[in-house]
Amino acid sequence: MIAQDFKSDQYVKFCPGCGDHAIVNSLQKAMAEIGVPTHQTVVISGIGCSSRIPHYLSTYGFNTIHGRGAAIATGVKTANPELMVWQITGDGDCLAIGGNHFIHSLRRNIDLNIILFNNQIYGLTKGQYSPTSKLGFVSKSSPYGTVERPFRPAELTFGARGTFFSRTLDVDLKTSQACMIAAVKHKGAAVVECLVNCVIFNNGAHGWIADRESRADRTIVLEHGKPMIFGANNDKGLVLDGWNLKVVKIGENGITEKDILVHDAKCEDNTLQQKLAMMEGPDMPIALGVIRDFDMETYDAAVNRQISEVRAKSKIKTFDDLVNNCEKWEI
Amino acid sequence: MNVTELDNVVVRFSGDSGDGMQLTGTLFSNLSAILGNEISTFPDFPAEIRAPQGTLGGVSGFQVHLGSSKVYTPGDIADVLVAMNPAALKVNAKGVKKTGIVVIDTDSFGEKDLEKAGYKTDNPFEELGFSEVTQIIPVPLTTLTKASLADFGMDNKAVVRSKNMFALGVVCWLFNRPIDKAIHFLENKFIKKPDLLKANVKVLTDGYNYGNNLHLNITTFRIEKSSNLPKGTYTSIDGNKATAWGLIAAAEKAGLKLFLGSYPITPASDIMQELASRKDVGVITVQAEDEIAGICTAIGASFAGCLAATSTSGPGLSLKSEAIGLATMAELPLVVIDVQRGGPSTGMPTKTEQTDLSQALYGRSGESPIVVVAASSPADCFYYAYMASKLALEHITPVIFMSDTFLANGSSLWKLPKLAELPDIKPFKAPDSLKNNYNVAKRDAATQIRYWAVPGMEGFEHRNMGLERDAEKGNISTDPQNHQKMVAARAAKIDNVVACIPDVVVEGAQDADLLVVGWGSTKGHLMGAIQRMNSKGHKVALAHFNYINPLPKNTAETLRKYKKVVVCELNTGHFAAFLRSKIEGIHLEQYNKVAGQPFNVTELETVFTALLEK
Ligand SMILES: Cc1ncc(C[n+]2csc(CCOP(=O)(O)OP(=O)(O)O)c2C)c(N)n1
Ligand code: SF4
Ligand SMILES: [Mg+2]
Repeated sequence: MIAQDFKSDQYVKFCPGCGDHAIVNSLQKAMAEIGVPTHQTVVISGIGCSSRIPHYLSTYGFNTIHGRGAAIATGVKTANPELMVWQITGDGDCLAIGGNHFIHSLRRNIDLNIILFNNQIYGLTKGQYSPTSKLGFVSKSSPYGTVERPFRPAELTFGARGTFFSRTLDVDLKTSQACMIAAVKHKGAAVVECLVNCVIFNNGAHGWIADRESRADRTIVLEHGKPMIFGANNDKGLVLDGWNLKVVKIGENGITEKDILVHDAKCEDNTLQQKLAMMEGPDMPIALGVIRDFDMETYDAAVNRQISEVRAKSKIKTFDDLVNNCEKWEI
Repeated sequence: MNVTELDNVVVRFSGDSGDGMQLTGTLFSNLSAILGNEISTFPDFPAEIRAPQGTLGGVSGFQVHLGSSKVYTPGDIADVLVAMNPAALKVNAKGVKKTGIVVIDTDSFGEKDLEKAGYKTDNPFEELGFSEVTQIIPVPLTTLTKASLADFGMDNKAVVRSKNMFALGVVCWLFNRPIDKAIHFLENKFIKKPDLLKANVKVLTDGYNYGNNLHLNITTFRIEKSSNLPKGTYTSIDGNKATAWGLIAAAEKAGLKLFLGSYPITPASDIMQELASRKDVGVITVQAEDEIAGICTAIGASFAGCLAATSTSGPGLSLKSEAIGLATMAELPLVVIDVQRGGPSTGMPTKTEQTDLSQALYGRSGESPIVVVAASSPADCFYYAYMASKLALEHITPVIFMSDTFLANGSSLWKLPKLAELPDIKPFKAPDSLKNNYNVAKRDAATQIRYWAVPGMEGFEHRNMGLERDAEKGNISTDPQNHQKMVAARAAKIDNVVACIPDVVVEGAQDADLLVVGWGSTKGHLMGAIQRMNSKGHKVALAHFNYINPLPKNTAETLRKYKKVVVCELNTGHFAAFLRSKIEGIHLEQYNKVAGQPFNVTELETVFTALLEK
């Protein structure tokens, strides 16, 4: 299958230059590579600019109500675990109005692929600050700057005992696709945080890593089993310094490649993964790629397993059996 | 000793919420049902799980009405009261007949006990104004139970807890219930707990023999088998369980998986609990993080092709409003169960009311008509939950199914159905002919029912949404004429349901001087009242509604036939207002009660008599 197979006949209506365009393209390519047919694929969204995406895909889609996508997707997947279920959500949709559903879908480890479009703004409602907007951010609803501390989606994911977290940048198509494919392969709730640019209301929010030249030095793309090396010249790496991560230069102070940490996304203990996910500039690179990927039995599988187990043992299989086995008497 | 043959009798068990009155009442009711009586029960308990012992607030009651002919209600006033302590006596003093019988546990009527219940004297009966003709059976329940179990080596707490069985034994004697039947019944109940069974049987038997040996000058009762009931296999079922089973039957009949998304709330939780325990018939339940997620998981399951339901009570229904709107716009089959309780807000969680009707009919944004169905007895919760599912699946719409505390916790006899006897359910699935030519707006031109296609069906991929859609192409549309057309289509779809529901029936005197109108759980009380009036020579009739929206097609014509029409409901007049909005110019009297309690037949009789004289 090719990306074209996953395009609907609808014209994509994001603003020119919006980061969401790139994510849709990455998603269609990832879907083609995964190869699950359109009729077995379901894409659920809430409300927001990003939540329009189901309309642009040729799969089954449901553009629902604000914040509730996670709960609706949970219903779809639990009802029919054979389907591949994606959830499209924005930083407002997922972390403000839908925060409760988000953390509970992670806690349950329902097998969803959650694409979280983080543009640190409410796009569709034309520019109010969101739960990920930086402290002091000036917007239409915060003319003097916000006085609220933002959520960090990674931290929230770890706090909710999420089993998968990855991060990508709109313009980095390769990492986006890799994260999406890994999310599908992962058993459980998989968060793909997409750092996207809202050109209209929050242009340059991710500017520090947006341009190609400096990006190599300011981000590290993590891969399971690979040393944590980055930089335009591939000469920077991460090591532990006490409890903290530190950037070192290979070749300086006797550091060799062997001293560099090797990424373990599959490790159940998330301590180091969380440290990696929380890295921020200017001293540390921002981590992209798959940061945590720990497989566990999924909610949908467990629910359906329990039903099969009970059914295998019980003599009651149908409504008539149920009636015949209740306490009853003849009149 | 005298034995009086009675048509029917009302027994009320009352004690501390820890005294096991609900169990005692249930056992006695089921035993009576097995012996061929008709039953109707009404548990009435405080919201507190264990309120302070011996206080008025902690009194928990269970009333059962047994009879050999049509038992419509749990009864207004008790013939027999079992009062486990002075608080129970006080709370129920006005609810016993003058000529009734009161069984008390004398061990719980000490000075301290009287004080806790706020008595001023040491003669509770006199203080409460009991009549001389009331027959009192004083039984030292605690002492006798201790003696009964002396050789069982049980701890004191467990022994004292068994005193409800002693009381049950006394009541069985009072009603000439064959003790072997009662024991057999217990055997089935405690099949997995042989030690507990032994102890219970011993106490029950001792209680029975105690009564037998009292040689009191007391009349005992015998109630004949009911002669009205059609022959068949019966059980006793409460409204919540009947609702759950209605969904199970509907799913199987429709050939679909049953999915319930819910969040615990009194008095609806039992529906979720029953369905969670029914994995044997393949039910999927999700206990969600809140009511919104409860309904949203159900909407997801409906989108995926299940018979999907969500269960809640008033405050939960409020939380579900936006999502019901989504299911209305997206046109997905969904059963929303509202077990009403006293409101607004947290209100009176364990009490009964019909105050959610307006919320069910109108509580959404935009033009969002849906189907509303109400059950009218604990047992017929089965049928109406089944029919709610049928309408949802055949008309591809959300349906609100209304029950209430009274139905949920009460039980009545239920003739067990076979799946084959129930009406067919044919979900309105998209036909093969629409393959590769399907979109979310495709509907049947005559009925306006949307064709339902679900993931997994090849060639039916589509995008659904809460946004308005183009009537032809199914894409997002804000076109003015299109919206007008879609609003009309969704309304017509609901109006057309009328073709699939039965006419409203007038029961009682067809040429009545007064037509009583009711809906939902009040049917038993209204029936009881009109029968009593008619037996006294009045001409009164009842038109009772189970289908609320749309109304049966003969509604206007039926109501217009009568000079005087009174709409009775446990709210301030929601159904009356709805009827006025649907039947131009109709004049309706109202009788409304919002006290957290069901109607009682005597009060209705007074109201109807006054109306006839007006
Ligand atoms: C119940 C409800 N409340 C509010 C809204 C208005 N609303 C629509 S989208 C949105 C925020 C969208 O922000 P985000 O989720 O970050 O998506 P983005 O547009 O940035 O992609 C809001 C507040 C709504 N549609 N429904
Ligand atoms: S408003 Fe912002 S997020 Fe929305 S489409 Fe335009 S650029 Fe994208
Ligand atoms: Mg946003």
